[in-house]
Amino acid sequence: MKRVLLGAVAAVFLAASVPSAQQTRPYKAPRTPDGQPDLQGFWTNSTYTPLERPDGVTKTHYTPEEAEAAIKLAIQRESAQTEPGTTADVHYDFSQFGLDRSQSLFVRNLRTSLIVDPPNGKIPPMTEEGKRRTAQREAEQKKLGGRWDSAESNQLDDRCLIMAGPGPPMMDAGYNSNYHIVQSPGVVMILTEMIHDVRIVTLDPSTSSGSPRAQSKGDGRMLVDSKVRQWMGVSRGRWEGETLVVETSNFNGKNPFRGSDENLKVIERFTRVGDDTIEYKFTIDDPTMWTRPWTAESAMKKTAGPIFEHACHEGNFGLYNTLVGARLEEKKAAEERRQAEEALKKGSK
Amino acid sequence: MMRNRFLVGIVSAAVVGGAWLAMDSVMAQQAQAYRAPRTPDGKPNLNGIWQTMNTANWNIEAHPAGPSPVRELGASGAVPGGLGVVEGGEIPYLPEARKKRQENYANRLKLDPEIKCYLPGVPRSTYQGMPFQIIQSTKHIMLVHEFAGAVRTVYLTDQTEAPADSWMGWSNGRWEGETLVVDTKGFNDLSWFDRAGNFHSDALHVVERFTPRSAETINYEVTIEDPKVFSRPWKMSMPLYKHVERNAQILEFRCVEFVEDLLYGHLRKQPAK
Repeated sequence: MKRVLLGAVAAVFLAASVPSAQQTRPYKAPRTPDGQPDLQGFWTNSTYTPLERPDGVTKTHYTPEEAEAAIKLAIQRESAQTEPGTTADVHYDFSQFGLDRSQSLFVRNLRTSLIVDPPNGKIPPMTEEGKRRTAQREAEQKKLGGRWDSAESNQLDDRCLIMAGPGPPMMDAGYNSNYHIVQSPGVVMILTEMIHDVRIVTLDPSTSSGSPRAQSKGDGRMLVDSKVRQWMGVSRGRWEGETLVVETSNFNGKNPFRGSDENLKVIERFTRVGDDTIEYKFTIDDPTMWTRPWTAESAMKKTAGPIFEHACHEGNFGLYNTLVGARLEEKKAAEERRQAEEALKKGSK
Repeated sequence: MMRNRFLVGIVSAAVVGGAWLAMDSVMAQQAQAYRAPRTPDGKPNLNGIWQTMNTANWNIEAHPAGPSPVRELGASGAVPGGLGVVEGGEIPYLPEARKKRQENYANRLKLDPEIKCYLPGVPRSTYQGMPFQIIQSTKHIMLVHEFAGAVRTVYLTDQTEAPADSWMGWSNGRWEGETLVVDTKGFNDLSWFDRAGNFHSDALHVVERFTPRSAETINYEVTIEDPKVFSRPWKMSMPLYKHVERNAQILEFRCVEFVEDLLYGHLRKQPAK
């Protein structure tokens, strides 16, 4: 009952807010020519709602006033990144180039966290093996050296390898959280703006054309040979009524999602709940790392296309220049040490 | 009518006297005779995973076999000979541009964008040697390439001019009977056509024609126009072959991490002496 009320409040709060299941009248998505629910078009999952519930917050939903205040605070924090004279300001002026989330469409949500299960809104505790693997990964990263010691020791996004957007799970990328979905018989393609990452979701042939009620075998096997490991894994999809269910495994573990490992399995559910909204739920199942699976819920809002080419690596002057800068600083420091030693020698003579 | 056009093809080929041209006319005739299965919205169905089977990525012009440009790779990196995919045999370079092509070739290990894992440009993405998937909808056709995750969006209904120059250009498409015609502009001047240094400028205009010629082949024809580099428009043509393996799929070829040592290795922190 309480949740019903909250849902009703959400609708009043903002037309653009995420409709909860209780509030939504059964919506039937338009159909593609081959009869799939139509998810096509340009979408954004930009949001200020954090994945985990902030410490000190105990309720699952804010009041509209509280939600507005939380968003305001988040916008302030984001613009603080561009304080004049700071490194962040030299790197990107978020406000000037319209990169901060508040300057374009973002998903409003009364939830205090995207995580809906466990009910405390937090990622569940790690297993002992998970802790061991996390420590091992940190040690390996340390062996590579400091962030500016080499390209390989830097962050994945600075190296233009992969960003937060494509996932799976698909998360707010900080900026340009835009996607293009195109469907064809047997295929759902999701293009992520950031680094033009494409995921081709192959549909289970028994459900891809005209048999949406067929259930998956769900036998938990690898989707392709377990030797094939990919940054974005391998995705297979099926229609369960109005919902596109996508299962992804075969990750290479090199882009951990909040500490996940190569045994990660992601189950995503895309449901179009209105002309301008896709409800997006995902479950993270990695028994090596966590004591239980966990689930988050977000949304994608219809946005204006088209999406332009994000040739990240091709224009990666940032990585090159920071490495050049780090080597110059080392050279300068070495020279200063040499001069100081010389002065010391002279003084002692 | 069909028969007449076929005859005209043979006669004109005979007049020109080129066996190569005759073969091409026959190929075109076959393509015209074939009617592809339709998508649910009634268009020729190009969906699937496609790949070329030629040596165009080594050199789009005819070329003999040659040694590997990297000594250590020996025969495994050697260049297979190829009959060329340029119609008429030779690319009509302007004199200055021809010199630049020679320089490109001489310095190809340093300059070829493919070596750096840069987006391949068009039409190189088509014949680079890795598979690509065509995903066809009513509004957009996606060309998703394995190499570097290169992707092209072909706008069928919501067409606009290129908002800015890019590696893969800005593609608008239309159906002409059995043929998908893709018109691409808005290129930067950074991609090459092959590993032999054949290149273009930012004035490049590419028109591609995809015509199904059987259930598992497409006739792919490209017209290249670039008045800064070529004295006239010229054409390439080649078949595309469909992957028929039941488990065929585009895999990741995220090559950035394969080239970091090559591109940035000299900037690695050296251990203190």
